[in-house]
Amino acid sequence: MTSAPPRPEASYAPAPDPDDPPLRKLYRSADGRMLGGVARGLAGHLGLPVSWVRVVFIALFMAEGMGALLYAAFWFIVPLGVGGVDATRANASAAAPGLLGKARGRTGRKADRGQILALLTLLAGAAVVASKFQLGRANAYVWPILLIGAGVALVWRQADNARRAQWREMGRRKGLLPFVRGAAGVVLVGVGVTGIVVLQSSVRHLGMALQAALAVLVGIALLAGPYLVRLTQDLSEERLMRIRAQERAEVAAHVHDSVLHTLTLIQRNAEDPREVARLARAQERELRAWLYKPEGRGKDEEQEPDTLAEAVRKAAAEVEDHHGVPIEVVVVGDCPLDERLGAQMQAAREAMVNAAKYGGEGGAVQVYAEVEGRTVFVSVRDRGPGFDLDAVPGDRMGVRESIIGRMQRNGGTARLRSAPDGGTVVELEAERLPDDG
Amino acid sequence: MSSDAAQDGRTGGTAGGGRAGGGQAGDGPARTVRVVLVDDHRMFRTGVQAEIGRTDETGVEVVGEAADVDQAVTVITATRPEVVLLDVHLPGGGGVEVLRRSASLMADPERPVRFLALSVSDAAEDVIGVIRGGARGYVTKTITGTDLVDAIFRVSEGDAVFSPRLAGFVLDAFASTDAPPVDEDLDRLTQREREVLRLIARGYAYKEIAKQLFISVKTVESHVSAVLRKLQLSNRHELTRWATARRLV
Repeated sequence: MTSAPPRPEASYAPAPDPDDPPLRKLYRSADGRMLGGVARGLAGHLGLPVSWVRVVFIALFMAEGMGALLYAAFWFIVPLGVGGVDATRANASAAAPGLLGKARGRTGRKADRGQILALLTLLAGAAVVASKFQLGRANAYVWPILLIGAGVALVWRQADNARRAQWREMGRRKGLLPFVRGAAGVVLVGVGVTGIVVLQSSVRHLGMALQAALAVLVGIALLAGPYLVRLTQDLSEERLMRIRAQERAEVAAHVHDSVLHTLTLIQRNAEDPREVARLARAQERELRAWLYKPEGRGKDEEQEPDTLAEAVRKAAAEVEDHHGVPIEVVVVGDCPLDERLGAQMQAAREAMVNAAKYGGEGGAVQVYAEVEGRTVFVSVRDRGPGFDLDAVPGDRMGVRESIIGRMQRNGGTARLRSAPDGGTVVELEAERLPDDG
Repeated sequence: MSSDAAQDGRTGGTAGGGRAGGGQAGDGPARTVRVVLVDDHRMFRTGVQAEIGRTDETGVEVVGEAADVDQAVTVITATRPEVVLLDVHLPGGGGVEVLRRSASLMADPERPVRFLALSVSDAAEDVIGVIRGGARGYVTKTITGTDLVDAIFRVSEGDAVFSPRLAGFVLDAFASTDAPPVDEDLDRLTQREREVLRLIARGYAYKEIAKQLFISVKTVESHVSAVLRKLQLSNRHELTRWATARRLV
């Protein structure tokens, strides 16, 4: 029972990931970064001192904000990892390398905010670049399109982030932030589409605009679809794993401890066959109760039984434990216990004790209980030498008093006879009390 | 999970009385029954083999063993035994799958292969499932060697073998309900059948039942076979529910 849980993604082949080519070696550095870790990562990747890279970026920034655009683009696209180092080697101890086609290093909430910051920077940079071009009349479209782009990008990143969060086993925290981000993406898209319409300030193009909007939405669905599908798969996978783990913990708590305990005791009592048999039987009973009871959990043997079947099984279990003779119980039908049946159970228990004491040498004692309408019938049968009731020795006076007498006092009957092929049969019959008291 | 009943308990003993051929002490068995063991626990197979495999004493010859469904079907087809001891829980689809894939062998009019189910399970759906799948009997693995040999001979002759527990399940399943029977012949047990089952559930052997009810052992056997047929063919709600609870049938 110590098999490792199946890998979360073992059940389906991960779809190729358009923004994550599997062989990428460039990562942003999570350690010793100033802003996004781009420079450090790039430096590590190119094998250059980090200061050189930073200088180059700053120089580029002077040139028409190119540096900012470039930096933001890197920030946005390059995943966070162990900059420049072969990540799978660096993360050899991390769980399931290659889980997402690559291994990523530590990412914090800082990165989430960083992503948005990077986006804004990217947008600003893009706007700066765009304003350099002569767009003429198309200028009106630039901002809405940028907004739409931002929306799409947000939805993208959200799916990706959620997957990463799951991989980092942070799936347990409330997924409010991803949801908000997703909503923000949708709103942005909406605003962008509306913006187009408003800027056109005419209803003539409304149809066209709606078509455009539809196209945009379909586009987003196409873009985000795979991520969302994979996301839900990941989450349900994770839920399944959690349920399995709980189930296993429960089984362990209920069963394994006591089984191991019993096995230990059996080893220590190896030279006492009677005790070994008793231990094994007790454990078998417990396990069966747990396995085959309805809804899969047996009642504790300590608890007071409240139905006939439970009472019969409990009595048999106690006698079995006490006398070390196996008792086979078959029960047909069931009913709640009442006073009369309680007396019948005590008589039945006495009969089992007798069967175990005087007939246990012949093998297992067979107990059969049946509820048919208002009648409850219990039979206890052993394969011992049998006995003649008229010549009962003194120590078996218990039979007369505690079995026959008790049944008669409670309006039932008890019959003792010899079985056809040897052994003794005790038959107890009682009527249930009327339900209304 | 040894079948070696050290305390020689008749735990889960069959309702078998001694009969010609079956494990009788004395001048050896009258005939030999060829048996295949299907069980995924090697220890259990070894134990059973040790207990019943001494052909000159028991009259049982183990001609093959299998540990999963595919193996079982292959071995059974190759050796054509008279009786297969079939574990209910097997890798590859369980005993029921073996039964399903051996249907043509079971139905062979000349040399039918007959199945006796063995299990440690107490679950009604397991028991009822294999019986509905075509097994001619069900005994628990705690059965003694003598009783097992007896059950094998009984099954090889086309009779049914009910453990007390199976009898209890059947009585439960056919308990008088208010639901009108769909098929009068199949959905009800006769008074006599009920009496026989009750005595089996109480741990009586066939011979004892015969004495108790003043009928012949042959009549007891025919009652039990009739019950088996009803079990396999009836569409009573409980039976169907049990059998489909684990997609057994």
